[in-house]
Amino acid sequence: MPITRREFVLGGLGAGVAGAAGLILARHPWESGTSPGPGTPAAATGPAAKGAVTSGGAAKDGILVLLTLYGGNDGLNTLIPFEDGNYLGGRSALGYQPNEVLPIGDGLALHPNLTGLKGLWDAKHLAIVRGVGYPNPNRSHFRSMDIWQSAAPDDQVVTGWVGRWLDATGNDPMRALSVGGSLPRIFGGDKTAGAAVPVGPLTIPGTPAVRSAFAAISEPSAGASPLAARVAQSGKDLLTVDDAIAQMLASQAQSDQTGGTTSLEGAGGANALTPQLDLVARLVKAGSPTRVYGVSLGGFDTHANEKATHAGLMADVDEAVTAFFKSLEGSPAGARVVLVAYSEFGRRVVANGSGGTDHGTAAPMFVAGPSVKGGFYGDEPSLTNLDNGDLKFTTDFRSVYTTLLQEVVGVDAKASLGKSFTAVPFL
Amino acid sequence: MPVPDELRSRIAHLYRRAGFGARPDELDAAVAAGYEATVDKLLDLGSPDGATASLPAPTFTPPLLAAQLPADEQARRQAQQAEQRTQRDEGRRLSMWWVDRMVLSTTPLRERLALFWHGHFATSVQKVKEPELMYRQNEIFRFQGNGNFEAMAQNVAKDPAMLVWLDAAENKKGRPNENFARELFELFMLGIGNYSENDIKEAARAFTGWQYRRQNGAFAITPALHDNDTKTVFGQSGNFGGEDIVRMAAAQPASAPFVTAKLWSSFARPAGTDDPVVRQLAPAFAKDLDVGKLMRAIFLHPEFVAPASRTGLVKQPIEYVAGTLRALNLRAASAGTNLPQTLDALGQQPFAPPSVGGWPQNGYWLTTSFALTRLRFASTVAGKAKLDAITSVPAADRPAAVARLLSVDGWGPSTSAGLAKVAGDPKSLLTVALVAPEYVLA
Repeated sequence: MPITRREFVLGGLGAGVAGAAGLILARHPWESGTSPGPGTPAAATGPAAKGAVTSGGAAKDGILVLLTLYGGNDGLNTLIPFEDGNYLGGRSALGYQPNEVLPIGDGLALHPNLTGLKGLWDAKHLAIVRGVGYPNPNRSHFRSMDIWQSAAPDDQVVTGWVGRWLDATGNDPMRALSVGGSLPRIFGGDKTAGAAVPVGPLTIPGTPAVRSAFAAISEPSAGASPLAARVAQSGKDLLTVDDAIAQMLASQAQSDQTGGTTSLEGAGGANALTPQLDLVARLVKAGSPTRVYGVSLGGFDTHANEKATHAGLMADVDEAVTAFFKSLEGSPAGARVVLVAYSEFGRRVVANGSGGTDHGTAAPMFVAGPSVKGGFYGDEPSLTNLDNGDLKFTTDFRSVYTTLLQEVVGVDAKASLGKSFTAVPFL
Repeated sequence: MPVPDELRSRIAHLYRRAGFGARPDELDAAVAAGYEATVDKLLDLGSPDGATASLPAPTFTPPLLAAQLPADEQARRQAQQAEQRTQRDEGRRLSMWWVDRMVLSTTPLRERLALFWHGHFATSVQKVKEPELMYRQNEIFRFQGNGNFEAMAQNVAKDPAMLVWLDAAENKKGRPNENFARELFELFMLGIGNYSENDIKEAARAFTGWQYRRQNGAFAITPALHDNDTKTVFGQSGNFGGEDIVRMAAAQPASAPFVTAKLWSSFARPAGTDDPVVRQLAPAFAKDLDVGKLMRAIFLHPEFVAPASRTGLVKQPIEYVAGTLRALNLRAASAGTNLPQTLDALGQQPFAPPSVGGWPQNGYWLTTSFALTRLRFASTVAGKAKLDAITSVPAADRPAAVARLLSVDGWGPSTSAGLAKVAGDPKSLLTVALVAPEYVLA
């Protein structure tokens, strides 16, 4: 009897490996497959659940692009409260002078290098949710990123907030694609997972005979152990994703030639985000059925000599995101794209002694896309009414996820988040 | 008494777990010697590694000290950038050096244990910067990895790479930094839930002032920064120093089961502290904390060769790469690929774990992207390897010849069907065999 993806993930890892997972794999516990998070729609795997996913109106048929900024992006040097004397008061050398920044209202300004995002703001396609965080902030990179990616601040939850949606909607690996080698916790479910796609060419090496042999060894084998079955499944998923992507990109390359749309390829030099978003843009335009993409940029843990490093990262984000939306212009699928940037935490209000900032708490979230209602959401945190030197959050990140799940993915957010949060009306 | 094929299969399994796989001649000799004798041979780490002579220790450029930096800002930046480039190159060489040690080692368990402890006390060159410090830490794992656990933990706690990695420089009397104390308890010695938040706060005070001198790398406690007041940890009070904390943690009832479970999980199959085998093995380990003795008990435990263990682990990429080069008589530099790049793309670069939590295992390695990189690596090394052992036999016997070359018991129905499609072309046959589930599993 062929082993389905669902069976081996549940049966195999659930029984044999799970006991250890809590201990050994605490950092990446989606391997365990035993502890559904609060509100995991364990029963919602049938046609009804699938219907719920696809039953939304056109507006709920969006394409979500999650941009993870690893290391803790300095929110106060991204959305700069330049008119507040306490800003430069705590950051004399690290801070920006009023004449350097890009004002966007409410006494706030964008980092000088966010010129492209300023354009999106002016076009009313950029929403900024201010002061996003969660209660009892954790200042560990690992734990706080786990919290953001599992959307469960209070418990060690093994699944990601997108992974729980995947669990409820079948097993097509194309539904969620993460660019890169490993799969962030966001995309790990109990029974299924998104696919990891490298930035570079997806071409399967070797002759057609090798490919055909690889397909044969990736077929489920009677009597195979759960892990062996999972190796085979990853090969099968690779072929599925490779076939789909190769076909889509081939036909899209043609339409590019005829339609003359721009490609991002090679636009970014050393910008690590550009090739990732380039791949996403090409897949979106090619009509990939993918509903959630993941891209990321690291290096935001700026404890020392922050100013130049952070400015370079801002330029990278600005260049890559701006080019991404430019390349989607005129594409019907591109009109459905909503890109969200977040980090595990912001940084302290006051600079430290080495020209940097230490781990903080709340920070702004950026949401961009043609369908986004631009503007400010949530309250700007006070620079003086602090919690241990850190900003007090004003909007729970799960409120932002609620909007994304309901308005972009088109599902009941409570099923993924476990309880109800007030949506933020940026869509 | 197992039948010969079962014995061969068990010893091949032992070599995959205690080392990086057996070459056909190694396996023949080990089968003749028997299982227990082979365990003892693998555990005999008293003699130096035969690979040492052909693999001299890497050399490193000394770090630029503050006093050596030019005063002019532009010149200083240039000097620092030049140093970063040197460190990158020396880091790549160090990574390849270690892979070659795994490939050539005559005492492979030493390298396999070093890899385990590197993942356990996970420290990354990305923050430590100086590859030489990573090398020094690696030598602790290499030469004490089978010794007393507490003695090793004491040395790791004072190791410069660890001091940098977990912010020892920020841990000062009056404003302690809890980074090291937390990970010491959570990840290195006890496991989550086996200490209180207050234990961490108090233990952090005991490690205040722990630093190393950059000019010579020597560990030293700076008295002015060290907190000499009373601390209360695990219900005991005293003017504890860092060594006391490590000693007290090693003596906590949670410690031996925690370490036993991690070793069993890495060498046999994933298991928690409540696993029956771990409960069986931990009490003896608690008495002497002798890792070598525990490893012997693990390899000789009936569960070690039971089906759940034999099918319970995926090869980590470093094991996969080193084992493949070992089987194919290739070296890091002759694999036909930029090996550090390949290891990055496979998700496991030596000296650069993704976090202090180390590398996850099993399912973590089974993404579509890693599957593609494995296939690419397989295709490249298959083009570099001497294929005589495969070409010299008729096509029908070739899948079995590849199994023997790769120390795999045999192929299941799907893999057999796949290999049959390419049996006419030895390079393709080897490529496909190297990504088959039977070989990807450890």
